[in-house]
Amino acid sequence: MPTTGIVKGIISNLVIVEADGPVAQNEICMIDLSGTELMAEVIKVQNNQAFAQVFESTRGLKVGTGVHFTGNMLEATLGPGILSRNYDGLQNDLDRLDGVFLRKGDRNFPLDEKAEWSFKPLAGNGDEVVAGSWLGEVTENWIPHKVMVPFKLSGNYTVKWIAPSGDYTIREVIAVLTDTNGNETEVTMYQKWPVKLPVRAYKNKTRPFRIMETGIRVIDTLNPMAEGGTGFIPGPFGCGKTVLQHALSRQAEADMVIVAACGERANEVVEIFTEFPELIDARTGRKLIERTTIIANTSNMPVAAREASVYTAMTIAEYYRSMGLKILLLADSTSRWAQALREMSNRMEELPGPDAFPMDLPAIISNYYSRAGFVELSNGKTGSITFIGTVSPAGGNLKEPVTESTKKTARCFYALSQQRSDSKRYPAIDPIDSYSKYLEYEEVQNYISENISNDWVDKVVKVRDVLIKGREAQEQINILGDDGVPVEYHVRFWKSEVIDFIILQQDAFDPVDRLTPLKRQEYMINKLLEVIDSDMHFDSFEDVSSWFKKLINLFKQMNYSDFKSKEFSSYENEVDEMLIEIVKT
Amino acid sequence: MSEKIAFQKIYTRLTKITKATCSVKASGIGYDELAIVHGRLAQVVKIMGDEVILQVFSGTEGLPNNAELVFLGKAPSLRVDDDLAGRFLNAYGEPIDDGPALRGKEIEIGGPSVNPVRRKQPSHLIATGIAGIDLNNTLVTGQKIPFFADPDQPYNQVMATVALRAKADKIILGGMGLSNDDYLYYRNVFENAGALEKIIAFINTTEDPPVERLLVPDMALTAAEYFAVEKKQTVLVLLTDMTLFADALSIVSNRMDQIPSKDNMPGSLYSDLAKIYEKAVQFPEGGSITIIAVTTLSGGDITHAIPDNTGYITEGQLFLRRDAEIGKVIVDPFRSLSRLKQLVIGKQTREDHHQVMNSSIRLYADAANAKTKHENGFDLSDYDKRALSFAKDYSEKLLAIDINIDITTMLDTGWDLFANYFSPAEIGIKEEFVNKYWPGRKEN
Repeated sequence: MPTTGIVKGIISNLVIVEADGPVAQNEICMIDLSGTELMAEVIKVQNNQAFAQVFESTRGLKVGTGVHFTGNMLEATLGPGILSRNYDGLQNDLDRLDGVFLRKGDRNFPLDEKAEWSFKPLAGNGDEVVAGSWLGEVTENWIPHKVMVPFKLSGNYTVKWIAPSGDYTIREVIAVLTDTNGNETEVTMYQKWPVKLPVRAYKNKTRPFRIMETGIRVIDTLNPMAEGGTGFIPGPFGCGKTVLQHALSRQAEADMVIVAACGERANEVVEIFTEFPELIDARTGRKLIERTTIIANTSNMPVAAREASVYTAMTIAEYYRSMGLKILLLADSTSRWAQALREMSNRMEELPGPDAFPMDLPAIISNYYSRAGFVELSNGKTGSITFIGTVSPAGGNLKEPVTESTKKTARCFYALSQQRSDSKRYPAIDPIDSYSKYLEYEEVQNYISENISNDWVDKVVKVRDVLIKGREAQEQINILGDDGVPVEYHVRFWKSEVIDFIILQQDAFDPVDRLTPLKRQEYMINKLLEVIDSDMHFDSFEDVSSWFKKLINLFKQMNYSDFKSKEFSSYENEVDEMLIEIVKT
Repeated sequence: MSEKIAFQKIYTRLTKITKATCSVKASGIGYDELAIVHGRLAQVVKIMGDEVILQVFSGTEGLPNNAELVFLGKAPSLRVDDDLAGRFLNAYGEPIDDGPALRGKEIEIGGPSVNPVRRKQPSHLIATGIAGIDLNNTLVTGQKIPFFADPDQPYNQVMATVALRAKADKIILGGMGLSNDDYLYYRNVFENAGALEKIIAFINTTEDPPVERLLVPDMALTAAEYFAVEKKQTVLVLLTDMTLFADALSIVSNRMDQIPSKDNMPGSLYSDLAKIYEKAVQFPEGGSITIIAVTTLSGGDITHAIPDNTGYITEGQLFLRRDAEIGKVIVDPFRSLSRLKQLVIGKQTREDHHQVMNSSIRLYADAANAKTKHENGFDLSDYDKRALSFAKDYSEKLLAIDINIDITTMLDTGWDLFANYFSPAEIGIKEEFVNKYWPGRKEN
């Protein structure tokens, strides 16, 4: 018999329930608020008392109200029809909820139960299968969506029967499996998985080796993200975190993009809702919305569901990764999730860690990041989840618990700088403080040698050195004055400014400049290295700045022009002439 | 109503009294429910078994432990109808203007959030005539944006100016800890502008108990939702001063023995503020709620928890600063930001808006560097000198808050300033625009 209970205490969205039977940590229970069921998750059990965080407002809830426990943890429903959907943190389909306002207790089934999918079997009778094995395939938007052996099944199974090609709904049985004892299991096109547990239906997880192109120069060239890698973007407000995340979601080279809007502004999600159905993915020519799923738990939506939202998003990513796809998962912002944990920890009167965050925050964050990665599936195919989270450090101070905990686990660090942002140098990623550990991976280096050029990493290091030297020269100029340093210092500083303006800065709102393919980035770096390597002679520091400003302006016009178009080449010719002129004199 | 009260149980034994809360043994009480204790309004904030803890809005001074306590069986609410227009009310939604009692439909304040997929992308520009706002930090209906200002800056004046020029159907003022002088200022300005019939004000002045302030934003936004949803009107909500609202939050959480997080603020500060600001919305049927707030700073410190959390929630912020060079208050172009400006600039304004805005700010930054250089005793280059002259002109003609011109004029002024001090190569704008708008080169 399922466990029931009654409400004993209420503190905001924390409810204490006295249970009459067994209760599990993270079990979902339903609170009956005069006919409306409020969903809650058990986050602590003490004797017969369960402490549950309610995913909705508890206004009007009374002590003595009845509760029933479901026996399940919070689960995601996985099957065809997730792509292009807009879900809340608990995977309710927001488009199918009635009314302008979110009503208490409103829930729905995340998938379309009536839609028929054209199923094609991939496995045959007698095949040996395990959790995650591909049984068949349907086409979802354009993705070959695999119907898999449910992740919950453990051990080896044999396919006893598989449905022939045809149209089926997600509730129809499409396969029957037998385990080693001869017990039969029916499989449909959807399955459920508890979001807080990682899906491990793969053979092994390997080190990332491929670069994931984003079209953003300061990332691809200087701090590349690897497919299956992890990274994070901390930055004070107003430094362009969200613009950068949106650029990534539009441009990154991925089969599917999942955006978890976690405790952030609703209008930012609206921007995706509104623009993605119109925008075209430059690589595939399809609408961006076709490859995107949004998990929206904006800042005004219930706090407890904020935590659920990042896990729901990760579980969906793992499901699609098991189909051999490249997934990009973006979470904006993981700090809001940490704050949700803090609010609950506080209400439960736990002993606080730094800044009143729970003590186990670093462990929670690193467990979450570790669910990303590049995996080899049981059939030898590969899939990946690349995860990039934003962090909103309190007061812009990077020495706060969420940033520090994340830094320990994420492999790429994209530090947004207030100073760069103040001078409108966007994206405001600090080229020197930021890093990508993947550049040090031998696998990645090999990939770069084969796919870009042998000396690419050396060039990147050189560019970085130019920036460091430029910064040093600038400091000297600021201390000693323009004419207190040799003209050479000015040249050094301005060479770094060329890199800054032409590679680092990028206009996210210009149709051409916003996306630079790696090939074009390589071309521009080679061009800029010609400038860097030129031996230049100037009579005075004033000549240096005016010459370089003119040069930068020409390079900028190149960035605004289509690659190798007529305008592009004509600006390039002007650049070449300027270079010949200056080296000659 | 009176019949209902007759059946209500009267409690006469408070088990605990703190500076902001009191406790009573009671059963069958709903969370968030209101009560009257000793003639004062209180709200349930915690229930543990049969112990109910209430926050007393007007404070617990003089509250005896045998005070009479009656639960009202409802959460805080406001009576809304069209007659709300023109009224001045207190934090409980009761008239303070000698007018009749409110008679409209009673609605619980702090209602549910809008389903994000039912929102429309904000797209209507709000013209204020102030170039520091319209040119550099364009406002859009459905946006939420605060002024970050030190207490001595004229934020209330600027806000009143913006409100009156914004062409809103309703202006709802939520005053929290407003000084009586500022309250009268707003009243006079609105009255003189003949705009009283579109004003609704919820006023908590410095003379009123601080905890009462907690009701003001929700009251103001409930009224706003009525006019924006039911009447499809353009509603502008002014909230001043949100720092005092947050201070009241910290008082209550402190009295409830919550563990404070940064700057002694409750750990839920972000969510508490977000619930208010996220009420700003553009509805698909045409109505909208735009929130302009004030967050006062202490010594310009934006890393304090209140402005910091606010900055992460709102769609930008506006900084006011006194520019000693021109002796006027300007909208600081460096630290101010409107996140929604991209939705309208170059679309509802001229195509060169984005680039003119960015280039002029960059040149203004060059001037700031030159100024530092000069202060450090270094010689200025010719470029530095030109940048400094540009900056002064730019400040005077565009950034000062006493400007009142349309956006096309602002852009033309920008080009004039560029041409006065720089060559086209120095401003780094797309050649296409330079050819079209550079004074003397204009095609038309």
